[in-house]
Amino acid sequence: MLAALGTVRDPELDEPVTSLGFVSSCTVSAEGVADVHLRLPTYFCAPNFAFLMVADAYEAVSGVPGVSRTAIVLEDHFAADAINSGVAARAGFVDSFGELANAELDQLRTDFVRKAVLAGTDRVCRPLLAAGRTTDDLADLTLGEVPPSADRERLRARRAEIGLPSADDSPLLVDAVTGAAVGAAALPLHLQKARLTRVGAEANSGICRGMLRERYATSGLGQESS
Amino acid sequence: MYEKDGEKYFVVDSHMHYWDASPANWVPGQENYAKGWIDCFHAYQGLGPAETHWSIEHFQKYSEDDLMKDVFEDGHVDVAIFQPTYLKSWYSEGFNTTEKNGALAEKHPGKFRVNSRFEPRGGDAAMKEFEDNVARWQPKGVKLYTAEWLDGSRGWTLKDPEAYRFLQRAQELGVKNIHVHKGPTIWPLDKDAFDVSDVDHAATDFPELNFIVEHVGLPRIEDFCFMATQEPNVYAGLSVVIGGLMHARPKFFAKVMGELLFWVGEDKMTFGSDYGIWEPKWQVEGFVDWDYPSDEFSDYPRVNAATKKKILGLNAAKLYDIEVPVECRLPAAEGIPAARDDAALVDDGTSRVGV
Repeated sequence: MLAALGTVRDPELDEPVTSLGFVSSCTVSAEGVADVHLRLPTYFCAPNFAFLMVADAYEAVSGVPGVSRTAIVLEDHFAADAINSGVAARAGFVDSFGELANAELDQLRTDFVRKAVLAGTDRVCRPLLAAGRTTDDLADLTLGEVPPSADRERLRARRAEIGLPSADDSPLLVDAVTGAAVGAAALPLHLQKARLTRVGAEANSGICRGMLRERYATSGLGQESS
Repeated sequence: MYEKDGEKYFVVDSHMHYWDASPANWVPGQENYAKGWIDCFHAYQGLGPAETHWSIEHFQKYSEDDLMKDVFEDGHVDVAIFQPTYLKSWYSEGFNTTEKNGALAEKHPGKFRVNSRFEPRGGDAAMKEFEDNVARWQPKGVKLYTAEWLDGSRGWTLKDPEAYRFLQRAQELGVKNIHVHKGPTIWPLDKDAFDVSDVDHAATDFPELNFIVEHVGLPRIEDFCFMATQEPNVYAGLSVVIGGLMHARPKFFAKVMGELLFWVGEDKMTFGSDYGIWEPKWQVEGFVDWDYPSDEFSDYPRVNAATKKKILGLNAAKLYDIEVPVECRLPAAEGIPAARDDAALVDDGTSRVGV
């Protein structure tokens, strides 16, 4: 169960809800009824992202062998009722919020995966540059030529998720919208943007972790303290 | 004024509040929102040093004496700029209005600047309210919340024709500092309320106005930085950045400051304590003492006393035409605070890439 929840990410922070501390409890009854409670750093955390996390958790937990029924309960949030009942009814975001929303969240999610691709690019490239590679070297590298690492696979997965080239022979550096290779001339600025995007996401994650700690004295299941 | 190691820092707190979020001011039927809002702010205070935390009761409603002591007597602030937040659907008398701020400012001449707001969707009546507020309080700036709902409207953008009408009028009336809230919001649910592209348009079309993006677009700081590099009249409002990160997350604070100094530049960053969320004292003292914690940050622009003087006060003083005592000014060699011509930092990206 916890492993399944570990595949659910905060779309904005690009980190698993488990390590962020968002899973307050998780049980399965003898009859296979799964009951998961989620919590967020504030009462007013963005309801669109909250909806995505609850819906993704529902999908992930429902797919666990032996689970016959799933309940995901978001706690202590101003839109909890609409989100919980909407997800339970398998309604989309628009149906769940009625006139408060008039578009589904696919585009928003895609925009944030693009940010995750950029941030992941920094995670993969920084060690290479520190080890002495030049930016010109990076322009010629393929994904498969980068030494294997968790960061490389995470980058590959995010790219695949939004249809960007992700094979071993794909260029390491691609535009996060078009998928075209980033040439040597454009590379310095591309890497600066990648670094900034990563800094933004990590700072945001830091604030969210701090706020969660202010709000709850207990650790979440699978929470990491970083 | 704050003095340390022989350096004198003129401090302008360019983003602070005087609010009433006590239960007596909660709109009946909206208590959950009113309480949730102030509880959330209170949790933010928890990101500051423990000895600066307040009880929730004190946090809901602090007094005039508290404010004067925390901001001016203890907090080293020379001039404070009130930014209003109305929230009248949750708070009967408003959370923090121009009138409430203005009344306090009139009791303490010279200490405050009172900013106002405008509501582009309100038509002629809203225009009259704006003009009346300008006549009454002489604001040099406004605070705008583009994500706010009104009747059937799902928020607005600075590039809407209605907004341009108000920006035009603001420019004519000398209300030249447009503080735009681009940070955490609630509504509308399905839009990205952090989108800063509207600032880009308005800044280009109103070159005489200054656009101060409060909270630097957190949590989308990258979108803000990419935009700010292209617009000479866009500034980074550091409210929440110093208060929320410097103590709680020093390493991320260093990185965010490094990025802002790199992309936006020290002439275009302004300090705001966000009081009453955080007291200015520890922020001012901590920032004057601050430097990058290790060599890991050697790619970022260096900071020195001149950098901090600009950020803590000289830049905002320039934007608000506040007279700075001679002993707190910078020698000419240190550059001109709030200068608009440093937007070329990233033109030569080849030599500055982080490695």
